[in-house]
Amino acid sequence: MTEYSIEVRVTPRRGILDPQGKAVGGALASLGFSGVGEVHVGRIVVFSLTAEGEPQARESAEAMCRQLLANPVTEDFRITVSPAENVG
Amino acid sequence: MKIGVVTFPGSNCDYDCYKAVEELLQAEAVYLWHKEHDLQSVDAVFLPGGFSYGDYLRCGAIAAHSPIMREVIEFANAGGPVAGICNGFQILCESGLLPGALVRNRTLKFRSRAVHLRVERAEPPFTSEYEMGQVLRIPIAHGEGCYIADPAVLDELEANGQVAFRYCDAEGNIVPAANPNGSVRNIAGIVNAAGNVLGMMPHPERAVDPLLGSTDGAPVFRALADHLSIAR
Repeated sequence: MTEYSIEVRVTPRRGILDPQGKAVGGALASLGFSGVGEVHVGRIVVFSLTAEGEPQARESAEAMCRQLLANPVTEDFRITVSPAENVG
Repeated sequence: MKIGVVTFPGSNCDYDCYKAVEELLQAEAVYLWHKEHDLQSVDAVFLPGGFSYGDYLRCGAIAAHSPIMREVIEFANAGGPVAGICNGFQILCESGLLPGALVRNRTLKFRSRAVHLRVERAEPPFTSEYEMGQVLRIPIAHGEGCYIADPAVLDELEANGQVAFRYCDAEGNIVPAANPNGSVRNIAGIVNAAGNVLGMMPHPERAVDPLLGSTDGAPVFRALADHLSIAR
């Protein structure tokens, strides 16, 4: 069994109204930043996961996303699996 | 007749629901704790408003997977009447008992005020005491009440008569200006295909007594009581 670091990036699905992103985009524009396109605000969930191997870790993380971490009606997710960082 | 009100950590309208059942219907109300697996042989379940589990992750997402919800889902799938109000509506969508999702209000503002609703469905177990097209005045209080769903899902809801309530103006017109949160097609409440599960963002339990400013929510509870006594 190996320990992995999992990072799940959840973002609003394309075409879904994202008022939070719009508000942040408006604030950036009012601060004078130019050239900013569409802004989206999502969420990152980070955790460690012990699994047989990387494919199993990914599969498990995907199941978590489908069941809880993302709502497929409104959100997309992207999973990054990397070796666990050495602590201490 | 025994009606259950689920209490999740963060529920804050459970007492209002409980009192509506107890005082308006003179029926037995019981609290169902989120960690329990026992529905205590209730005849109907309310999922109250509030901020279950702090609304962390997404509104209703964690509550949808709480122990009691397994029993509620089983109860609903067996035809038991279940109504989710506000956060309860979000939980019903997250648990898959109702289609679609509730997202941040289009205005980004938390809306807390009375709104007008048009009754789009007048059938048991929850809306049979209303007339079709009747205009109600009921409070809302939510930051994430914008109902969305795929266009195909919306068309199916409309075709099956599953839209229960729509935001309207005082005259009953379905206009954008009357929509407090940006919900698609001004949808304020829906039922499942079988009709026994209702989700609505407005709070009928806050409109059951003249002291509260409106009694337009009372028929939701009376309809349920009628339905349950007939079903007996």
